[in-house]
Amino acid sequence: MQWDINSARPVYLQLIEQVQAMIISGYYKPGDKLSSVRELAAEAGVNPNTMQKALSELERTGLVYTNRTSGRFITSDESMIQKLKEQSARGQIKEFIERMKQLGYPPRETLTLITKVIQEETE
Amino acid sequence: MGAILECKSLTKHYSALAALSNVNLTLERGRIIGLLGPNGSGKTTLIKLINGLLVPTAGTLLIGGKEPGPETKKIVSYLPEKTYLPDWMRVSDTINFFQDFYEDFDQKRAYEMLDRLHLDPSKRLKTLSKGTKEKVQLILVMSRNADLYCLDEPIGGVDPAARDYILNTIISNYNENATVIISTHLIADIERVLDEVVFIKDGIVTLHASVEDIRSREGKSIDTLFREVFRC
Repeated sequence: MQWDINSARPVYLQLIEQVQAMIISGYYKPGDKLSSVRELAAEAGVNPNTMQKALSELERTGLVYTNRTSGRFITSDESMIQKLKEQSARGQIKEFIERMKQLGYPPRETLTLITKVIQEETE
Repeated sequence: MGAILECKSLTKHYSALAALSNVNLTLERGRIIGLLGPNGSGKTTLIKLINGLLVPTAGTLLIGGKEPGPETKKIVSYLPEKTYLPDWMRVSDTINFFQDFYEDFDQKRAYEMLDRLHLDPSKRLKTLSKGTKEKVQLILVMSRNADLYCLDEPIGGVDPAARDYILNTIISNYNENATVIISTHLIADIERVLDEVVFIKDGIVTLHASVEDIRSREGKSIDTLFREVFRC
């Protein structure tokens, strides 16, 4: 797994985003066991306390849970993962709509254009 | 448990030159701390004071509540800027050497790390490249179960891949009650592994803060901040 950390933003936020992305992309499957904090920190090349903070935050949202004796796991709740996926898709769409506005396309025209491009692609 | 390092009005003069002036600094346990400053700012002086190689001109310095001496050397693991191991030694000799010297040395851990580097312990130090020699020294220092690790420029002489190896070795080997001080001016390479930074300029501590706080407050990397603060 390739972690991509940029030093200008709080690192724990980037770790949260990247674990979420790994869950969405299916790199982590529901119920998968995570490596130890130390191992994950070494893999990402970040401070173990920072990794700990990111995992605690993911635990708080329920995406990750800790089993006292056997370690840390990705949630098995697929509806939660589905929700995360949709949340992330919505975020991307909003950003895209904003960028299209800057190009001078109001949302309705953007939608028409998207439909057109999809049709062309599938032809 | 109290702070691992406490400096109060710590001052060191070399005749007329003030290498450190009135440093007040408290470092907690379980942190990786970057001691950052330009050349000649006092980083090495502070590390030498911690290791009892220099004596303060004024002020106090306590390690786990004790003044530097034999008791603190038991709990401080020190990687100096320059190598002090004789060239004729084999890698295995250096391990025996550390085993004799330090109660907290974990020989098994040292051999495991050498193994991961594919380094033959029967090799003599003089046959190793500069970078490999630096890695061997770091392995020795990180194989101790110390409370405080002082690493003076641990990544200075090695290529970027070896830097990653060294940082990895540091992350995977200190225990959660131990603190690691890394002195360097190569900030971009190490800032992601740090909890806190201490900026030092002309012998004065100008900043001691959490790196994540700096990133959220300033919206910039420690490297960028450093370049702004220390612009020549």
